[in-house]
Amino acid sequence: MTDQTTQTGAIAPQADRSRAASGGFLGLGFRDFRLLMIVVALTLLAPFLLNPFPEGSAMAQFNAGYPDLMQRFVIFGIFAIGFNILFGLTGYLSFGHAAFLGVGSYAAIWMMKLVTTNIIPGIIASIIFAALFAVVVGFISLRRSGIYFSILTLAFAQMSYALAYSVLTPITGGETGLQIKSTDRPFLDNLEPGQIGRANLFGIDMRASQILEVGGWQFTFNVGYYVCAVVMILAFYMAIRIFRSPFGMMLRAVKSNQQRMNYTGLSPKPYTLAAFVISGMYAGLAGGLMVAMDTQVGPERMFWTASGEVVLMTILGGAGTLIGPVLGAGFIKYFENIVSKINSDILHGWFAFLPDGLEDFMVAIVYPFVGKGWHLTLGLMFMAVVIFLPGGLVEGGQRIARLFRRRKAADGATKSAAE
Amino acid sequence: MGILEVKGVNKRFGGLQALGDVNLSVAENTCHAIIGPNGAGKSTLLNCLVGKLIPDSGSVMFDGQSVLGRKPHEINQMGISRVFQTPEIFADLTVLENVMIPCFAARDGAFRMHAYETVEAEADIRDMAMTMLEDVNMAHKAEEHAGSMSRGDKRRLEMAMCLVQKPKLLLLDEPTAGMARADTNNTIELLKSIRDRRTITMCIIEHDMNVVFSLAERITVLAQGTPLVEDVPDKIKGHPKVREAYLGEAQV
Repeated sequence: MTDQTTQTGAIAPQADRSRAASGGFLGLGFRDFRLLMIVVALTLLAPFLLNPFPEGSAMAQFNAGYPDLMQRFVIFGIFAIGFNILFGLTGYLSFGHAAFLGVGSYAAIWMMKLVTTNIIPGIIASIIFAALFAVVVGFISLRRSGIYFSILTLAFAQMSYALAYSVLTPITGGETGLQIKSTDRPFLDNLEPGQIGRANLFGIDMRASQILEVGGWQFTFNVGYYVCAVVMILAFYMAIRIFRSPFGMMLRAVKSNQQRMNYTGLSPKPYTLAAFVISGMYAGLAGGLMVAMDTQVGPERMFWTASGEVVLMTILGGAGTLIGPVLGAGFIKYFENIVSKINSDILHGWFAFLPDGLEDFMVAIVYPFVGKGWHLTLGLMFMAVVIFLPGGLVEGGQRIARLFRRRKAADGATKSAAE
Repeated sequence: MGILEVKGVNKRFGGLQALGDVNLSVAENTCHAIIGPNGAGKSTLLNCLVGKLIPDSGSVMFDGQSVLGRKPHEINQMGISRVFQTPEIFADLTVLENVMIPCFAARDGAFRMHAYETVEAEADIRDMAMTMLEDVNMAHKAEEHAGSMSRGDKRRLEMAMCLVQKPKLLLLDEPTAGMARADTNNTIELLKSIRDRRTITMCIIEHDMNVVFSLAERITVLAQGTPLVEDVPDKIKGHPKVREAYLGEAQV
């Protein structure tokens, strides 16, 4: 929210209006268009950007440019972008958004098992089913606000988890979940007997990768990743449009003062329900994409920790900002996958230059924060962000940018004074 | 027949009779004040008019239609706007956005899924809001953060938000409560100019007698939930019953 207000406050309304009036830029203002282009560049160049260290070097373990992780970055980015439309704009904190992710996943895997292994129908089904489920959950949960709303959504998600885990086993596969098996015969595909269907986009296998080797570096271009990346860019574009639309303004009004909204002739309920369903659809889309990438799903995808994770992502990155949730998602997934890999052998390697006793001492200190202890580091960082940067990583970035600008201005002033 | 007709309204909170058989008729395009000591039921009456409370019995007719059983946003869409005792604005939004929202509500109704247009492209709405802000001398604050303004400015903004909807009836709940003298005078001037345009009916609840007597054309005195007298300001000033009701409260 702070991001919004400072932005609109900083630019002269006149200039902004003329830019918008000049059309162009996909219906976006200059700043939003620039942000979109940055996101496009970052996602499309991710295989390079996330692999800055040569293969085999000591730093190679910090490379995140492998398909599996890159896919997770953008899929969870979509999930968080959608969550932010609800939480960031209306202030309604849903603690059960993983349920929509799960519903989307189950819908997608059934489409792939029964109809076709082409991912498009599966993804469409995941969005539709998540939307229907979100209408029901939202209609009931939105009867309350604040903590009661959060508890209601949490209850729905845990019920969904419990159903998927046990009662609905014929549909959900219970504890083991669902995978694409050799016995699946999607009726639109002509599979040979015993052949396992592979997730594909009109015949292009999602797992296909092109590896580019430059010197010691190795860059992987994966079809699945680029499918996800394109979807995320579209999702991000739509989120910008929603943020800048009259509808988005109404959602911010819901967060700001519902009483005034009522007495201004506006009904807050359909606005919040629409936001809830839209964010549920984003979650469903993310769930569908997960299935499109790894062709499997289990009930743990709906567990409450999964719902909590997207809350963390959004707040860590900056709730109510456009780019924040994507940053938060990337940040948490990086920690989960990279920092968690650091074990005591690697630590001993790092501190090998120290005398033996000191080496052991340093390893003992650092060890609880890495490897299996990555949650500890993340927790401390989360606390630090919430306390010192309530606007999330985005606010941190803005502060640094402001410091930079001020220093520049100060430099200019001293220079002109010297002359 | 007035634009607002309140007939035999009763409202009870447990053992307390907050409103007892209230009758009130407000003529179109006039300024009607409701005064009375603390606890007289002024705010309860106002809440019954806007749908926040539902009377136990009686009828409230506005412009020939009953408002009872309608939700606050529906009543607003009928043409009743309300200014609160503590300014209710969208504190997280800019001043301009605050005024644009009622413009959207007036044009698009209680809900519209206009998610694909941009706010920037809504030139008509923006112009309407800017004109309103110019009318209340706030155009230079259009891009300011509404929550960080002074109380007087917030009140002015709230008034602009109500007026831009071109309501038929404007309800004002102590519009000058807690205001500095200069702000109070500004508010009186603003309300006077609205009254003299003769396009909006005003119903005002007020403690400040200075405000009441410089604005109201008719005054209803409420005491213990029942209307005591209703008359023109000059008659109210010296009325013995009014003196009695206000004894120890203020010199009328």
